[in-house]
Amino acid sequence: MLKVEETQPVEFSSVLLANFDEIVSRYPEGKQKSALLPILHLVQAEFGWTSPLAMDKVAEYLNIEPIEVYEVASFYSMYFLQPKGKYVLEVCRTGPCCLVGAEKIMDHIESKLGVKEGEVTEDGLFSWRGVECLAACGYAPVLQIGPEYTFYENLTEQSVDQLIDDLRKK
Amino acid sequence: MGRKLLLEHINVPGINTLEVYRQKGGYRAVEKALKTLTPDEVVEEVKKSGLRGRGGAGFPTGMKWSFLAKPEGVARYLVCNADESEPGTFKDRYLMTYIPHALIEGMIVASFALGAKTSYIYVRGEMMPQIRILEKAIAEAKAAGFLGKNILGTGYDLELYVQLGGGAYICGEETALLESLEGKRGNPRIKPPFPAIAGLYGCPTVVNNVESIAAVVPIINDGGDEYAKVGIGRSTGTKLISASGNLVKPGVYEIELGLPVEEFIYSDEYCGGIANGKRLKATVAGGSSVPILPANLTLKYANGEPRLMSYESLSEGGFATGTMMGSGGFIAFDEDQCIVRNTWNFARFYHHESCGQCSPCREGTGWLEKILHRIEYGHGKMSDIELLWDVQRKIEGNTICPLGDAAAWPVASAIRHFRDEFEWHVKEPVKSLSSNYGIANYAVPIEKKVEEVKQDNI
Repeated sequence: MLKVEETQPVEFSSVLLANFDEIVSRYPEGKQKSALLPILHLVQAEFGWTSPLAMDKVAEYLNIEPIEVYEVASFYSMYFLQPKGKYVLEVCRTGPCCLVGAEKIMDHIESKLGVKEGEVTEDGLFSWRGVECLAACGYAPVLQIGPEYTFYENLTEQSVDQLIDDLRKK
Repeated sequence: MGRKLLLEHINVPGINTLEVYRQKGGYRAVEKALKTLTPDEVVEEVKKSGLRGRGGAGFPTGMKWSFLAKPEGVARYLVCNADESEPGTFKDRYLMTYIPHALIEGMIVASFALGAKTSYIYVRGEMMPQIRILEKAIAEAKAAGFLGKNILGTGYDLELYVQLGGGAYICGEETALLESLEGKRGNPRIKPPFPAIAGLYGCPTVVNNVESIAAVVPIINDGGDEYAKVGIGRSTGTKLISASGNLVKPGVYEIELGLPVEEFIYSDEYCGGIANGKRLKATVAGGSSVPILPANLTLKYANGEPRLMSYESLSEGGFATGTMMGSGGFIAFDEDQCIVRNTWNFARFYHHESCGQCSPCREGTGWLEKILHRIEYGHGKMSDIELLWDVQRKIEGNTICPLGDAAAWPVASAIRHFRDEFEWHVKEPVKSLSSNYGIANYAVPIEKKVEEVKQDNI
């Protein structure tokens, strides 16, 4: 997943392109730019991040200027503009989660993984970061892991340990 | 037990499937609307119901629909706002996860009423599991003839799509949402023109919250007049409340509007009281944007009358002693929580989420975060409290969209009701790092409900 480097060409598979085509078909003719956000999600799921080269290819596919892709990818918090670990643990750090211990969970993840927020572990497997409200305040503290955005609720230090150990074994 | 209009069948196994949903009376509203009513009659029922937008603003849904321009030969759109991101709010996630067909059914009826041939559900990108659930539900509905060409043989065509967001709170603002749906940054538009005149792709568009759309189903099934009988005064119907924070039973509850706040917090049917036997210090009653209230003002008006869960009652007393219904994100703070820290946390949230378009919001939210951070971490000055007040006042009302107000209100209300806690942080910088101010003078200590119940039993 992290093998893609800026110097390597990015190729979209025929499966991926077929998915792009299906998304574009949802909008009126000439409004294909509406497909940009969904397509960037597919690109990130495939390559692990939205690299400049991948964004250029998306611009070419949608027949828009590259800057129109960059400005969108840099505006929305879900798109990674740098390579991340295979598993990015995104912990909600907003009010309601902090009332029930989200900050302790983040401290625990930092010491367990041994990397600071935004960094990648040496084996390339993990990154973590605090994110803003994930709309799951009743099940706090919570974290999510892309690209499936599987949800883990009512976190404890033990359940986080278990989760990280399980992902390592995968 | 309060009446349930949206979540009546939520515990029925398989209610997320079309088959079980139909067994429980699902898609009756589609049949009734498309076969026996005209689009204008559907709008009329929604008007009669008194339904108010459930996303936060509380604007009457039927009236919003009636503003939709209908020029000849121009497409019209219905867009569902499922970009649920207001801290404290998670009701739409719940509804889409467990009873997705309620939203799909509402979308079909509402699209018919508005004359939309293509409708979109804009879901925040983080809700990938819910997106898959909705797409499956749409496929089921289409296979059963409720979507696509010539629905139920009535000649009405509708395509319904799920659109993914990219993780931006601002896209919950309807014009930012439309920008995002057009593949752009989520910068809110200057109004007018309102979306009802020029919305998606410049065409007349209605944007409604998930819960508002789902509420159309019982309104059409039972009639607008019946719906209006539920609730209290101009707060008709039921409302989904997302309860979080230090509660025994956080979660999503459907309440009849008009339920006393005290009953909502303490009764076992709802939140079951404050967790770990602690006392309530404060609440944010309608999502992070609405003013925070100390416990005493949460439960009662300044004149001592009980406060109810309704649009009017929650805002009784204005910002001096009241708050707002907002999106129904009810956050409870126990006696150990620090108001300064929470206010800093919310300010950081708004700074992070400001789109950067208007200077008062872009710069002001940054200042709020910085000043609150230094007060919280023991470097504050007394003048910082006045500075906070000054900055929030200069943001409020001076921005294109309501995010500026939403950032200002939590700060203003925290200072208004909890000023002595801010002053304590300044006076006791070391102590405030290791301990909490506690429940304090402003929040008249509320008796522990557990003890009261025991006494009743004796």
